[in-house]
Amino acid sequence: MPQNDTITDIGLDEYQYHFITEDEPVFRSGRGLNEKVVREISAQKDEPEWMLDFRLKALEIYNAKPMPTWGGDLSNLENVLDQIYFYVRPQEKMEHSWDDVPPNIKETFERLGIPEAEQKVLAGVGAQYESEMVYHSLKKEWDEKGVIFDSIEDGLKNHPELFREHFGTVIPSADNKFSAMNSAVWSGGSFVYIPKGVELDTPLQAYFRVNQEQMGQFERTLIIADEGSKAHYIEGCTAPVYSTESFHSGVIEIVVKPGAHFRYTTIQNWSNNMYNLVTQRALVHENATMEWLDGNLGSKLTMKYPSCYLLGEGAHGSVLSIAYSGDGQHQDTGGKVIHAAPNTTSQIVSKSISKGTGRSTYRGLCQVHEGAINAKSNVECDALLINDTSRTDTYPYIEIEEKRSNIGHEATVSKVGDEQLFYLMSRGMDEAEAMALIVRGFIEPIAKLLPLEYAVELNRLIELEMEGSVG
Amino acid sequence: MSDTPILSIRNLHAKVADEDIEILHGVDLELGKGEIHAIMGPNGSGKSTLAKLLAGHPGYEATDGTVHYKGEELLDQEPDERSLAGIFLAFQYPVEIPGVSIANFLRTALQAREGKDAELDLFEFQDALLDRMELLGMDPSFAERPVNDGFSGGEKKRNEILQMAMLRPELALMDETDSGLDIDALQVVADGVNKLHEENPDMTVLIITHYQRLLNYLKPHHVHVMVKGKIVRSGGPEVAEELESRGYEEFKTAQV
Repeated sequence: MPQNDTITDIGLDEYQYHFITEDEPVFRSGRGLNEKVVREISAQKDEPEWMLDFRLKALEIYNAKPMPTWGGDLSNLENVLDQIYFYVRPQEKMEHSWDDVPPNIKETFERLGIPEAEQKVLAGVGAQYESEMVYHSLKKEWDEKGVIFDSIEDGLKNHPELFREHFGTVIPSADNKFSAMNSAVWSGGSFVYIPKGVELDTPLQAYFRVNQEQMGQFERTLIIADEGSKAHYIEGCTAPVYSTESFHSGVIEIVVKPGAHFRYTTIQNWSNNMYNLVTQRALVHENATMEWLDGNLGSKLTMKYPSCYLLGEGAHGSVLSIAYSGDGQHQDTGGKVIHAAPNTTSQIVSKSISKGTGRSTYRGLCQVHEGAINAKSNVECDALLINDTSRTDTYPYIEIEEKRSNIGHEATVSKVGDEQLFYLMSRGMDEAEAMALIVRGFIEPIAKLLPLEYAVELNRLIELEMEGSVG
Repeated sequence: MSDTPILSIRNLHAKVADEDIEILHGVDLELGKGEIHAIMGPNGSGKSTLAKLLAGHPGYEATDGTVHYKGEELLDQEPDERSLAGIFLAFQYPVEIPGVSIANFLRTALQAREGKDAELDLFEFQDALLDRMELLGMDPSFAERPVNDGFSGGEKKRNEILQMAMLRPELALMDETDSGLDIDALQVVADGVNKLHEENPDMTVLIITHYQRLLNYLKPHHVHVMVKGKIVRSGGPEVAEELESRGYEEFKTAQV
């Protein structure tokens, strides 16, 4: 064996959802996070000096910052972090065998009605032939329009100036402990640039790209929507992600330049051992619009608050989210809007569903700076509790320094009522079907904004989750 | 009356599930196939309790007696099983299901009738829905509205009749369908039920009502008076007229 543990087999067998792989030599960092790991990552990626410096500085910040004491329960996280590998080089081709995918995962895929070819991709055992065709024709269109849609690594290599101008400017490393961690060890993610005035009808889907390179657990995405452009980016899918790692910490930075319109949709369904701590933020300039559409399912704990910094006059930001917490899960989610210019508008709509011992927390911030006259914001958070053991909390922070603004907040908590269930059952639906219909209706205002295939998958997923939910 | 009753209730006693308050004190009732019955009674007489109990509402439980529907014991069946077996309850207070369109709701209900292994034919469904709405004189856009959400009293009741038309029950229980309706809405709803009964004369209807006025439009073959959890009088349509002129008072005092 080599002198250190950086060149070994992939060694995933101690994890819950393991895939047995052939003993291919693949680069892997040692366990835990230290300077050596960061240097190795940077060297492996053949990065310029400034990026290594950026990473090392972020590591210092990470080490200096204490663990957050608010939000979800992170008390066991240090132990988790000591055990994980902060970098495993993405393999060029997944060599897992379909036969090795656990039956329960296959069953879930089947019940979701996902075609087998797609199931294989999701389980990380196959290439995505059909969508590759789609991807290539779309890529041609994007190339012609000057749109850049690359991996974040290729973005750094191929567009160094554009990259450096924006990277780390929306979410500085020092923003929070996990943005610092991500800044030190980021790997994988997308780099997107939409040129001035370019409008894309077809969404940019990370899904098309990830078959070329698997998404890492410290994904980093940088998106620049130039003046007057319009585009929609979709990340993730509703099928469960059976990650072998139990920690995911992403950083998503978006710059929406004057007059541009950008929507970022994420639907993620992590396995229930996962800590999912993500920082997503957009800088929204004059008369530009940013929309976050965020669906969080699964995970042990998710802490995620997509933000819009409305920096230019007339900017608009919206954060629409759906969170689902099943047994033992905690979704601590919401949104932040910062009104820093006059005539800015925003809305936050949050819908959460808690089932069994699941817990959903809405945590939101609406801030209006002095001088942001005529700022308007509307916050609505609705929680649906399925069982008596389910829990929800609401923490709406509102900080207003400008009197000439209009801020509204509304929160509702509802429990699926016996009368509702009886009404539906008296029409022939069984309890699970009735429950699923109620839940689907509850999230409908947001789900209807999803692309059709995502909405359909989300509905199926809810049906599965609602089986055995009653009683 | 046909030989085997579709519904046969014997000495039914029932109470609120979480309390020890008996509401029905021994009800006997038989409904023959295709018959229209009305149960009339003052507030608190237990007539709505009977309707809910027959549909399987979890808030009530039978403590004694039997109910046979199409020859089988009904009371141990779940509400969805009863629905699939052909029982339909038109609610006194239809429940709001925000975000779920009537069409979607009906599709789900009809899919449940197909079972898990068969797929409802959506084109047939759409045709059937339009056909039923036309029969009931409804605008097709009505089906796109979320179930009972923001509906007027009349719209809620019409929605119940539309569901009844789509689900084609063998036994329709109409719980105070006339409550909260003005005379025009009442007529529309009654017309709907009449059309459905004309179309399917085998459908048995049990109308629960406080007032006689619904019975001007929906002609029952049999009328029963319920007071304090018991049926105290049964007869033909003339019973309703009697009640109209004399009120419930004499039944109340007669029955202590």
